[in-house]
This record gives sequence, C-alpha cells and structure tokens, in this order.
Amino acid sequence: MRALDRKLLRDLRRMWAQALAIALVMASGAATFVLASGAYRSLDETRRSYYERYRFGEVFADIRRAPKTVEEQILAISGVAAAEARISRLALLDIEGLAEPATGQAISVPDMAEQRLNRLHLRAGRLPERERTDEVTVNEAFAKAHKLQLGSTFKAVLNGKKRELKIVGIALSPEFIYALGPGDLMPDDRRFAVLWMSEKALAALFDLDGAFNSVSLRLLRGAVEADVIEKLDSLLARYGGTGAYSRRDQLSHAFLDAELKQLDALRRVMPPIFLLVSAFLINMTLMRMIALEREQIGLLKAIGYGPLPIAAHYIKFVLAIALVGISIGFLIGVWLGQGLTRLYADFFHFPFLIFQNDADIFATAGIVCVVAAVAGAIRAVVQILALAPAVAMQPPAPPRYRRWFSGRVPASIRPSQLTIMALRHISRWPVRAGLTSLGISLGIALLITALLSFDSVDLMIDVAFFRTDRQHATLNFTDDKHSRALQAVERLPGVLRAEPYRAVAVRLRNGHLSRKLGIVGKPKEMDLSRVLDVAFQPVQLPETGLMVDERVAEILQLRRGDLVEVELLEGRRGIRLVPVTEVIKSYLGLMAFMDIDALHDLMDDGPRVTGVHIAYDARKQGELFAAIKSTPALGSIGLQQHALSRFRETIAQNINYMVTIYVVLAVIIAFGVVYNSARIQLSEHAREIASLRVLGFTRAEVSRVLLTELAVLTIVAVPLGWIIGYGFGWLLIKAFSSDLYRVPFAIERATYAKASLVVLAATAVSALIVRRRVDKLDLIAVLKTRD
Amino acid sequence: MTEVVFEARGLTKVYRSGEVEVRALAGVDLELQAGELVVLLGPSGSGKSTLLNILGGLDHATSGYVRFRDHDLTALDDSGLTAYRRDHVGFVFQFYNLIPSLTARENVALVTEIAHNPMTPEESLELVGLGQRMDHFPAQMSGGEQQRVAIARAIAKRPDVLLCDEPTGALDSKTGIRVLEALSLINTELGTTTALITHNAAIREMAHRVFLFGDGRIAGMQVNETRKPPSAISW
Ligand SMILES: Nc1ncnc2c1ncn2[C@@H]1O[C@H](COP(=O)(O)OP(=O)(O)OP(=O)(O)O)[C@@H](O)[C@H]1O
Ligand SMILES: [Mg+2]
Repeated sequence: MRALDRKLLRDLRRMWAQALAIALVMASGAATFVLASGAYRSLDETRRSYYERYRFGEVFADIRRAPKTVEEQILAISGVAAAEARISRLALLDIEGLAEPATGQAISVPDMAEQRLNRLHLRAGRLPERERTDEVTVNEAFAKAHKLQLGSTFKAVLNGKKRELKIVGIALSPEFIYALGPGDLMPDDRRFAVLWMSEKALAALFDLDGAFNSVSLRLLRGAVEADVIEKLDSLLARYGGTGAYSRRDQLSHAFLDAELKQLDALRRVMPPIFLLVSAFLINMTLMRMIALEREQIGLLKAIGYGPLPIAAHYIKFVLAIALVGISIGFLIGVWLGQGLTRLYADFFHFPFLIFQNDADIFATAGIVCVVAAVAGAIRAVVQILALAPAVAMQPPAPPRYRRWFSGRVPASIRPSQLTIMALRHISRWPVRAGLTSLGISLGIALLITALLSFDSVDLMIDVAFFRTDRQHATLNFTDDKHSRALQAVERLPGVLRAEPYRAVAVRLRNGHLSRKLGIVGKPKEMDLSRVLDVAFQPVQLPETGLMVDERVAEILQLRRGDLVEVELLEGRRGIRLVPVTEVIKSYLGLMAFMDIDALHDLMDDGPRVTGVHIAYDARKQGELFAAIKSTPALGSIGLQQHALSRFRETIAQNINYMVTIYVVLAVIIAFGVVYNSARIQLSEHAREIASLRVLGFTRAEVSRVLLTELAVLTIVAVPLGWIIGYGFGWLLIKAFSSDLYRVPFAIERATYAKASLVVLAATAVSALIVRRRVDKLDLIAVLKTRD
Repeated sequence: MTEVVFEARGLTKVYRSGEVEVRALAGVDLELQAGELVVLLGPSGSGKSTLLNILGGLDHATSGYVRFRDHDLTALDDSGLTAYRRDHVGFVFQFYNLIPSLTARENVALVTEIAHNPMTPEESLELVGLGQRMDHFPAQMSGGEQQRVAIARAIAKRPDVLLCDEPTGALDSKTGIRVLEALSLINTELGTTTALITHNAAIREMAHRVFLFGDGRIAGMQVNETRKPPSAISW
C-alpha cells in the first residue's frame, strides 16, 4: 500500500467518531431521498398502472335520472373514448355484531357485457349474476374488517326495503383505493362498504328501469377535459345532472394526490438540508485537518509530491466518509421505505404494489451525496494547492483576535478570562460559528416541524368536533325529503334535539374562477352543527347571502361584500347572484353556508331537508340504532364519536411514524454538528487547555472554555431554530392543505420547549463526550511541541 | 538554617509503550533550598524535563518519593496535583504557551484570578519590563516578549517555586539575557526558588548550584561560590 493511503486509513481510524457523525448526517440525506423518492414513485407508478389496467374513469357525473339512450349521446361528445352509465345509490347496512348502522354504496355492474370502466379486481368469487337482487360483491377492506367470506350474508336497506345480501365476490376497485364513506373524515372499513350488484337488480330495486344516475368517461388522447365537462353538463342538465367533475375532484384520487404532494415536499426539502449540513461539516473538519497537517503538506511538496496527489489524498478521505454515509443511507432508506409501504397497504387498497427501488434513484442519491462531500472539501483543497512548500513549513500566521472586554470594564461585571477566551474564539471565526449555530437550529426546526403536527391536529379536533360539529350523529336521507321528515326523526327513540340541513350542489363563479361545491343551509337557531368565523366564534347566519370558508374565498378570490354567481345544479337550476356576507373557518372540504330558509327561497321549491343532525340520550342508543336500521328513508349515518376516535387512531398511526423519523433525524443533525464543532474546538484549544491545566486550572474549569463556546452557539441556535421551525412548519402545513382538508397552523409553547430540550440534550451528550477527551489530554506531550 | 523546599529520594520514571521500556529517570536524589536558583544541565534525553515535570506536579513518578515542603507529591491524586500547581508552582516552557486569544494583561490575569495572594497583572508585567505592551496579543509580540509574558504569568501569583524548561531555547542571546534577567530579578526580589533547565552551559554561572544530568541520574553537582549576573553572561 502506498504510504499516503496508509495515512488515510490511520486518519480515518483516528477520527472515526467525527467521520461517523458526518456520515450519519449524510446518510440522513440519502435515506430521506431514497425513502421519499422511492415511495413517491412506487405510489405514483402503482396508481398509474392500476388506473390503466383497470380503466379508471377520467370524468364522472351524477344525475337524478337519465334514460339509458343518453349514453349514446354522451359517447358522441367529441373527445370521449368510452363511457359507462350505471346506478349508484346509498344504503344503510345492518351487520351482525355491529351495533351501529353502517353505510353502503351500491354500484351497478353491467349484466351482459364486461365492465368497460372502473373494472373490478376480483380477490375471490365472482360478480353477481344478472337480476339477482340477493347477490353482492363487496370491497375487500369491508369483508376483512368483518371477517366476511364468500357465502356470508348481511342485511341492507335498499330503497326502503330491508334485504339479505349474500357475498359472492370480494373485489378491489380503482375508484376506492382510498375508501371513504359519505361525510367521513377517515376511512372506516367496518362502517363503509361498496356493494357491487347486478344492474338489472339495482334498476328494479331503485325504480330505475332503463335509466341510470351515474356515469364515468374516459377521454381520447388530446381531448380537452374542460370542454368535455362543459358539453356533458349541458347534456345532462335536464336529467338533473349535479355537475361533472374530473379525477382531481374524485375523492379517492384526490386523497392519493394529497399524499403524493406530501412525499414530493419531503423529497424536495429534507435531503438538501442534510446535504448542506454535511458539506459544512466536511468543510469545517477538513479545514482543521489541513491546518494541523500544514507542515506535513509542505514537507510532501518539498520532497517532490505534486499538488494533485496531495489534494487527491484529502479528497479520498472525504469520499470515504461519503461512501459510508451513502451505504448507511441506502440501507435505512430502503428499510424505512418498507415501513412506509406497509402503512400505505393499510390505507390504500391496491391489488398490487409496484415498489420502485430504481437504480437511478440510488444513483442520483449517491451522486448528490458525493457532490455535496466534494463541495465541502473544495475550500480546503484550494488552500492545499495554493500552499507554497517553504511557507507551509513555517507555522501559520497566528489568528488575529479582536480586543474587547479589556481595560475600562468594571471588574464586577467583567467576565472571567476563561469566558473571554471562549467569546473571542467565536468572534474569530464568525462564519463558522454562525453556520454551527445554524446547523444546531436546523435540528430544532426539524423537531418543531414534526411536533407541530400534534398541536395542529389537536386544534383541528377541537375546532371540528367540539366547537363546530357538536352533534352526536348525522342522518342522511336517500333523497331530499319534505321538511316533515324532520318530525319523523325527532320522534325516533332517545333523540333530544334535531337540526335539519339542506345541501345543494352548485357551481360558484367569480369572473373566470369557478368551483363546484355544495351550499349547506342551516336553521337560524343552529346549536349542534355550527358555523365559526375566522376567530373561531360561532356566527349567526344572515337573512340572505352566503358565507364561504377561507379556502373557497382564496380559490375564487372572494371577499366579504362581493357578489358571487351561484349556478344551481339541482331543482329548477339557473343562475343567481348572491352576496358573500362573511368568510368563515373550516378545515374540511369546501364549505359554503346559508340560512336554510334563504336557501329554500333561492331554490324556489319549498322547504326540503337533505339530512338531520341529532343529539341523543346515550342510554337509548341501542333502541335508536335499531330504529334507524329499519328506517327506509335513511341512506347513511355519520357518528361523531366514531369519526373522532377513528380520526385519532389514523392520525396517530401516521404521525407517530413520521415524528419518530423526524426526531431521529433532528438528533443526528444536532449531534453531528455539535460533536464535530466541539472536536474541532478541542483540537484548536488543545494547547491552551494544556497550558491552563499546567497553570493549575482544574478539568472542570478548562472544559468550561469549550462548553461556554458551545453553550453560546447553542443559545443562539435556539431562537433561530424557533424561527426556522416556524417557517418549515408553515411550508409543511401548506403542503398538507388541499380542497379535502386543511391542517391548521398551530405551534404550542410546549412544542418549542420540547424541541429545544431534545436538541439541548443531544448537545449536552456530545459536549460530555468531548469533556471526557479533555480529561484524557496528555499535558506534557502537547506542551513539548510547537504550535 | 535554610528550609528544604523539595526533597526527592530514589525517584524513577519508566515510560512503557508496548514492548519498549524507557527509563527516563533511574533513581534521582535531590534537595532544593528555599530561595535557591539551580540550573539543570545535561545531554538530550537525560531526564531533565521528566524530573521537572514531576517536581511541578505535571506527572507521576514510577517509584521513589518526592515532597514539596510538607506535601507528599507521590501521594497526591490528579486533583491534588492540580491544586498544588495552582497554589505553589509557576511554569515557563520553551514554547511560551500563551493563550493567543488573550492579551498580555489577560494572560496574566488568568492566573491572578485564581490565586490567593497575587500581584496585579500590571505589577507582574512591569517586573519583566513589559509595562508598555500590556494590551497586545501574543501574535503582536516578539518571541522574547512572549516569553517574558509567560514569566510574568508564572510569577504573578507569587509562586513558591518557578520551574523553567529551556526558557531561552527559542531565543537569540540578547533576548535570552533579558529573559534571564527577569528570572534572576524575581529570584532575588521575591525569593522564589527557581529551577532552570538549559542546554546552554554558559547560563550555569548565574546559578547557586548546578546539577549535571546523565542517563536518568544526577551525575554531578557544582556550587558556584560567585554568581555572575545575567548581563555578564554571553553566548
Ligand atoms: N511520553 C514518553 N513516552 C516514552 N518515552 C518518553 C516520553 N517522554 C520522555 N520519554 C523519554 O524519556 C527520556 C527522558 O526524557 P526527557 O524529556 O526528560 O529528556 P530531557 O533531558 O528533557 O531531554 P531534552 O534536553 O532533549 O529536552 C528520553 O529518552 C525520552 O525519549
Ligand atoms: Mg527536555
């Protein structure tokens, strides 16, 4: 082995702890990149090929009722490649062993032909036979949640009649990768089922012979989606079309999009942070190394080594660190990726998962890490190249310290000489000190970013469940009912209070901006389900006029007092101008509220209700549920308590995984930065520390010089970390926001404190390790040598 | 009857690194009197620094006995030695070992802050003739000036003993003499017992006694009936 390479190995062995600390920071960068890119691609690719193979629709529309012949007209719209008309209705389910009622979405499958769109992937059994009103194929998640098998039966209220259904097939559908029940916040596989039944059978059950109420389309390549939607809307308007929508607004697709958006943010933000920090650490370490080895470099040059082999020697040192970092990063990235994939498997129902661990992801990660490492080494290498041998053999020009704190300061407030040493050392290398503080603060920022999810979710729960929607349950009718239906609900056993609401599908338009959503009408004396203003105070609905939530206001650029065009997509239809009287708070969906009577007037079709919010006596719950299960008019039921616990469970599972990762990453970054800078300080101070020890200072006293410097850097880092964490958090929350849900941006004081404490602990541990090295310092050996 | 400040009996020091054993000290007996200025002479590697380090509480002897007044140094543990150094010993080394981030005054203050009955940094710097340079950093001073700051720092606490390991080793003769004058002045003014290692045989003439080292032992001792002041020495 060449002598220089032998030196390389010895250097690595001697500096293994520092090298490892840097390698771990770099590994974090590589791991987050591999994790997020791998997961992003896997999810994206799996979804894409699932959609292709199973011909997932691109445009969807719901109507009240259209004759089958309209399907031909739809196909004739230019740009439409395929269309499938079908029947889709809600049904209450009565399942053995489940006290509360569940909701099913019944969807027809063609009797004579193959499914053209949204094809099912059968896990077991078959599709229901033609005209069999008692056969059903269910979604796999529901079957699993209740341990239902082929041949199992359960009861469903279909168009007011309770029927026993037998499971003949278990399937997955590209429409329900993320299977969310109507009005639910989180998937609840026990309480939501998809029921695929024979088209003939459903037509007979729901009086839709020769008709359909739902359609999916696929478009020709190059077709303009907006044009197709417009033509489809005008075609379906007279059949009670409530507005066609694209995949972007399809629930399951939109949830996957939100997840992909988050992964994308993760892979864009995290790896650069870690790579920048590791480049900084490499720079700092290498600069110190060549400062120490200055004479050796001069000697090598003097005896005839060219500058390049010498530079190459140090580059190799850096590459060795990068190699270790990359290897660890890949292992951890793949391992975490598998964890994330398992999480996905719980949430997203795919028939297959294409795990994309493409070589190019690893190649990119590897190259980026190496580039970061070499970039960190550049400054040191330039210095090596520039060093003239004769100069190198002399001691370096001594550092120039600035004189402050000397003389004139009264003795009582004058810091001790040890403190002055520490402070002057910081001011001597302000950039390095600043970057060190920045590095530590990034650790704090990461933790705040991670922990704020708990605060945000707490706030979201508080607002959504305890201040806005305080009802115990929400009952939805299969169709809008006359307001007499309210009295029927009030008479159900145990019901203490009932508040009706009416939902109307509309398209809001402001200039060229438009969005399809539902206006919800509520009674003036609402108390269960309320509307909060942006300051979280309950508001009174105006006599006329509309209240929209912040997201809607943002999308449509509406302000209080603006007039908005409301295109009614139900009933008599038509376009109305309505003033926006208030912008309100809502974290879920796109919300617009009106007084229910004002909404009746707007619709001009008399009082109707879509559903009822109720509060009930918990002691009569059993009786109430039994009654609901056999109430024909009800299509679905939402239970607040269930929704809340389901929400908490799901969020906990998700957040805990991510928070654990973030905490580990934050500790690595804080530890890596503090440990390396402490080691470098120790190396720079070794001589002084030895001198101080000779003068009779104790170990504790001399350690204080190092620890004061670290403490100052850390104390500066804490508020900096808070600010950066606030910024990161804000970005994260923005990445989390979608039309489906918004996460409020809330950081509790305790979160700042916790984040700081974790990082301070990591700092303390690395400081202790350095302290132990101070104890082992060989005084005589240090003093014998020249600086 | 003068007081014995240091007494060493059968001191040995063995360095072991792996298989190799180096006997740096092979049985040293010596007594130093209060107020005495002694010079240690001897070839390189003969154990002078090793002895001085043990006397100054920087190192432990392998065997033998050494006491400072009524402190048994061989019995002290590490923190005991630290306290001993802090309270009684001043060191001066060949490489001045000043703190580069502190000015001359502050380098001295480092010691005066933790000493029981120190002089002020200003007094101490005046003693070594650096009253004008108190607010300069080490990097702004010559080698001889830095060495005098180191001496000022060593004497500022009025130590009982001053141990100097080749204090003039890095200096030319003119500057070296200024340093020796400072040491001599302190020895006479403060009565500080001083031990001084040197390779420069001429310097022996300023000592009360001279110890000659060879192979880890004291091979001989001379008493100077008449001492020369440093200014009369030349090399
Ligand atoms: N840490 C150590 N490990 C091994 N051997 C050592 C160590 N320190 C000193 N020695 C050896 O002990 C012996 C005495 O060393 P010492 O430094 O006391 O010599 P010295 O008389 O001061 O020499 P010089 O005049 O060159 O300074 C030498 O042979 C030296 O090699
Ligand atoms: Mg020596």
